[in-house]
Amino acid sequence: MKKWQNHLGIIIPLLVVAGLTIWPTLADSISARETAFTILKAVALASSLNILLGYTGYVSFGHIVFYGFGGYIGLYFLNEQGWSIWASLLIAGASAGALAFFLGKAILRLRGGYFALATIGINEAMKALINNLDIFGGAIGITLNFKVYKEYGGAAAALNMAFYIMAGLALAAIIMSYFIRISKFGLGLLAIRENEDAAEVMGVVAPNAKTWAYVLSAIIPGMIGVLFFFKNGNVEPHSAFPLHASIELLVMVMLGGQGTVLGPILGAFAYQGMRGYLVTNEFFKDIQLSVSGAILLLIILFIPAGAIGWLRKRFAPLRRVLP
Amino acid sequence: MTLILQVEGVTKRFGGLQALTNVTFDLPEGQILGLIGPNGAGKTTLFNCINGVYTPEEGTIRFQGEDVTGSKTYDMARRGLARTHQIVQPLEELTVRENVMAGACFGRENHKLSDAGNIADEVMEFVGLAPKAEQLAASLNVAQKKRLEMARALAARPYLLLLDEVLAGLNPSEIGGMVETIKQIRNRGITIIMIEHVMKAVMNVSDRMVVLDYGQQIAEGTPTEIANNQQVIEAYLGDPELAKKLMGED
Repeated sequence: MKKWQNHLGIIIPLLVVAGLTIWPTLADSISARETAFTILKAVALASSLNILLGYTGYVSFGHIVFYGFGGYIGLYFLNEQGWSIWASLLIAGASAGALAFFLGKAILRLRGGYFALATIGINEAMKALINNLDIFGGAIGITLNFKVYKEYGGAAAALNMAFYIMAGLALAAIIMSYFIRISKFGLGLLAIRENEDAAEVMGVVAPNAKTWAYVLSAIIPGMIGVLFFFKNGNVEPHSAFPLHASIELLVMVMLGGQGTVLGPILGAFAYQGMRGYLVTNEFFKDIQLSVSGAILLLIILFIPAGAIGWLRKRFAPLRRVLP
Repeated sequence: MTLILQVEGVTKRFGGLQALTNVTFDLPEGQILGLIGPNGAGKTTLFNCINGVYTPEEGTIRFQGEDVTGSKTYDMARRGLARTHQIVQPLEELTVRENVMAGACFGRENHKLSDAGNIADEVMEFVGLAPKAEQLAASLNVAQKKRLEMARALAARPYLLLLDEVLAGLNPSEIGGMVETIKQIRNRGITIIMIEHVMKAVMNVSDRMVVLDYGQQIAEGTPTEIANNQQVIEAYLGDPELAKKLMGED
């Protein structure tokens, strides 16, 4: 092991998650726990999206499809089949991964804007499909039977448990993101992002690498879907597949710095903080999404590398410690 | 003498444009083959057929005895074929070292990341990019980017290396350095096909040459034979006196 400074890229993110996990206990506040839950969820989703967007360079405008799809699968098994939350999380993660695998085989041959358009189409198609599936409750969705919570010591205890599972998922997302970034697989993804044709000439099997990146970026969102709707008590098509949530994820990743481990975490943090302020502000509360849109535009125009990317460019030594 | 590459009757059309017509040649291991011809003759198209960017309409390409016609570019890379691009294609937002490591990681020997780092350091030293290792590839000048292309290809430890105009745009002293590097690569046992317009350099370094003109293979032979070939002189070299002068200066 080299000096600890060389591992700042993973130490800082871990400290952030640890801090967010302990904070509600220290503050002894339910509302702090809810805030921390939202931030951890954003951190985990943004870090997952970053594997596809930041490392591989494929812009997904519909990443939330995995969250909604996983949520539906998980709640179905929780509610209708009587599975435990743990088994439901696993099946939802696996299903989201499998969905990404087959979608990837079909649409990852598209490049640039065409891929982005396809991802939007898939999100909307999935919403329409679920809306018409009786097994998933059609337009009404699935409402959790209250007795599901009993297994975990009642609703209050279940919500508390959901918070800690979310912290675990955020941790898993960050660790996965970090190890992909510093791995050979990750180098292949970066090569694809920079120049897919040149990467293939070098021997990167781009179709496979892209598919696996897509699968890995889908698993944790699928699990988060289960957790969120478990906590929520019900899932409906419009709450499971909100297109604007996909775009908010893009803003987080771009804001913090796409393609870096720390960037999406920082971006998720900053975005959720700002969102919290905007939705409670008298003037901004109805135009909160327009502000997000304006921010995305400004980032793309002026700091396309995001905050961490900008720092890395300015201070070359940071490149080694902040992968 | 084993043949590393056999190109047989390769024909490639783009719509109505006949880019390559019935190109045929063999390449023994360890040689340097110079590929010359006027602009638009189909030289780069031939490279693209050999390394799998295009599939030829007719003909076969054999690499180390195996039919590889229509293989994917990454399959060819894994078989031990590496190339540089006429228009440099660096991975701009990665460092020079990461670029070269990518070559070592995914090429024929399929190295682990840590071994790839060592190979990258060695190759960067060989092509003279070591001082630039931690810079972003985007920050290099053209000559350095050409060397980076070469380093990336070499890091894959290929059996056959395709060099597409690595001398273009270099000044005379840079050309001298690059020609030395190419000879050293051959001395390491790597077979090379090079597309080149810098006639003096390519005649000097090639064992054999193939000349293309409008997709047709108009000549094949040693540099001396090529320089004295009437058809080649008319199509490409232009002035017979110039051809003599080129050979005389070797």
